Amino acid sequence: MAETTLTDTRPARRPMAGRVRAAMILFAIFAALPPVAAAIDDPFLVLIGTRILAYAIAALALDLILGYGAMVSFGHAAYLGFGTYAVAVLSSYGINDIFLQVAAAMIVSALFALVTGAISLRTTGVYFIMITLAFGQMAYFFFVSLSAYGGDDGYGLRQRSTVLGSDMLENDFTLYYATLVVLIGLFWLCHRIVGSRFGRVLTGIRENRVRMEAIGYAPFRYQLTAFVISGCLTSVAGVFLANQAEFVSPAFVSWHRSGELIVMVVLGGIGTLTGAIGGAVAVLLLEEVLGSLTEHWKLWFGLFLVLMVLYSPHGITGVFKKLGLGGTKQ
Amino acid sequence: MSRLEIRHLQKAFGALKVTDDVSLIVEPGELHAIIGPNGAGKTTFIAQLSGQLPSDSGDILLDGQSLMARSMAERVHLGLARSFQITSILPRFTVLENVALAVQARMGSSFRFFAPVAEEAALNETAMTVLAEAGLEDRAEVMASALSHGEHRRLELAIALATEPQILLLDEPLAGVGGEDAEAFVARLKRLKGKITMVLIEHDMDAVFQLADRVSVLVYGKIIATGTPDAVRRDPKVREAYLGEEEEAA
Repeated sequence: MAETTLTDTRPARRPMAGRVRAAMILFAIFAALPPVAAAIDDPFLVLIGTRILAYAIAALALDLILGYGAMVSFGHAAYLGFGTYAVAVLSSYGINDIFLQVAAAMIVSALFALVTGAISLRTTGVYFIMITLAFGQMAYFFFVSLSAYGGDDGYGLRQRSTVLGSDMLENDFTLYYATLVVLIGLFWLCHRIVGSRFGRVLTGIRENRVRMEAIGYAPFRYQLTAFVISGCLTSVAGVFLANQAEFVSPAFVSWHRSGELIVMVVLGGIGTLTGAIGGAVAVLLLEEVLGSLTEHWKLWFGLFLVLMVLYSPHGITGVFKKLGLGGTKQ
Repeated sequence: MSRLEIRHLQKAFGALKVTDDVSLIVEPGELHAIIGPNGAGKTTFIAQLSGQLPSDSGDILLDGQSLMARSMAERVHLGLARSFQITSILPRFTVLENVALAVQARMGSSFRFFAPVAEEAALNETAMTVLAEAGLEDRAEVMASALSHGEHRRLELAIALATEPQILLLDEPLAGVGGEDAEAFVARLKRLKGKITMVLIEHDMDAVFQLADRVSVLVYGKIIATGTPDAVRRDPKVREAYLGEEEEAA
C-alpha cells in the first residue's frame, strides 16, 4: 500500500529538474536566434529578442515574490523605471559604465523596495496589490515630473552603456548576448535562492503563515528581504531595456507595465521561474504577431488570456505538463 | 524544564469575555490538562499563550520572564511551542521538509541564499530522528497532504517537538483519532511526560485522566476548579458544569 501512495504523491513534488531542463532548452533557442536572424537578414529580430530577454529578467524577478512568496506586486514597473533612468541620468553625467549603472539602479531600488515593502507588507491579498500599485504610481509621477529628462516625452540616450570602457554593446548582437548571459545568471541565482534555506522559509510562509510563526519564523523579515531582492533584480531588466530602446520614458513605469509583468508570470505558470521566462516570450511574441495582424490585437490577446486561465490555470507550464513534457520523469 | 505562570489573563470579543481573569501555574515537568465544554474558550486560551492572539490584560510568565510583548515566533525561540487543533502543516512539502523547517528555525540562520537546503545533512538527520520517534520515518519522502488523518496528527506533534520546546501547548492532539491510534498517541505523550512541561487541551476524558498530573476546568472563560484528576472528578461544581452533562449525554 505504501508503495502506491508513494508513486501517487510524486507528481505533486516540485519537479525542479524538469524545469531546469525546460529553461536550458529556452536558453538554447535564445542563443540560436541571432544567427537565424542574420541568415534570414532580419536584424530587427535581434532587437525584439533583446526586449523579450530583458522582460524575461523582470518576470523572473517578479516570480520570486509572486510565485514563491504569494506577494502580488502591482508596482514592479517602478523598478524598471529605476533601471532605465539609472542609465539615462548617469549617462547624462558622463558615467556610462554598465556596472556602475546597475549598481546605482540596485541601490535606489533596494531603498525604494525596503520602504514601500515595509509598508505594503502590513497588508495582504487585494490590499497588498492596491498599495503596491499606489507606490508604483508614485514612482510613475515622479518620473513624469523629471523635466530635465523630458518628463512625459522621455529622453533619448546619446550612447549605450559601456563595459569597462568598451563600447561593445553598441553592436545589437553583443547587447543581445549580454542580456542573455545576465538572464541565465539571474535564473541560476533565483534557482539557488528558491532551493536554499531562505527559499524554503519563503515558500513555507506562502503555504501556511501561522504554521511558520508557530515554529519560530517571523514572516515579515523574510518577505521583506525577498521583496527587496526582487526589486533589485527587476531594475537590472530596466538597465537592459534602456540600452535596447536607447530611450527612456515614464511609459516603462506605467501601471500597464506592472500588469504586463504579472500577466507574463501568471501566463507562464507561477512559482516555476522557467514559466516566467516562457510567459515573457509568449506575451511579447503575441503582442508582435497579433499587433501586426490587427489594430484590435488587445481584444484577441484578452480572449487568449481568458482561455488560458479557464483551461490551464497553471499557465504554459501546465500545458506542457498535460502534454507530458517538462514534468516529472519518474 | 520550565514553569509557566498565567496571571489574571483577559480576552474579550466585544461584550463576550472569552478569557475571564484566568490565573494558573503550570509547574516544571507537569502535564496540566485543561478541560471544559465546547465554547469554554480553551482554544482562545492556547492562542493567547502562544501569542497568536493578543491578550487584553494580565501577564504570561515563562520562568519568570513576561511573554506579553513577545511575538509568536519569539515565544517559540524562548521554548514555548504549540500544536494545532486543526492540523496545520505545509501540505505541498514532504513530511521530512515539514519537520526540517522546524529544525532549521533553531539551527543556524535562515538568511542563507545559495546552499541547497535539501542537501543539509544536519537538518535532515535531526528531522529523521524526530520522525522516527513519531513512527513516520517510512513516510518521510511523502507529500504531507497524502498522509492519513492519524499520521497528520502525529506529524503535527512531531513538528512541535522538532522546535525542542521547554513547554508544549497541545490543542486537542487526539481530535478525530480513534482506537489503536489513540492508544498509541496516549502512550507517546506518556513517554514525553516529565521531559517537557505540557499544557493539554483534550476532549477525550479517558486520555486526560490517564495523562494529567493536574486538571483545570474552564467554563465560559473562567477556571472553576484546579486539582488532581481525582479531586476534579469529585468536585461538585465540575460535575454540575461539565462532567455531569457529558455523562448524561453519553
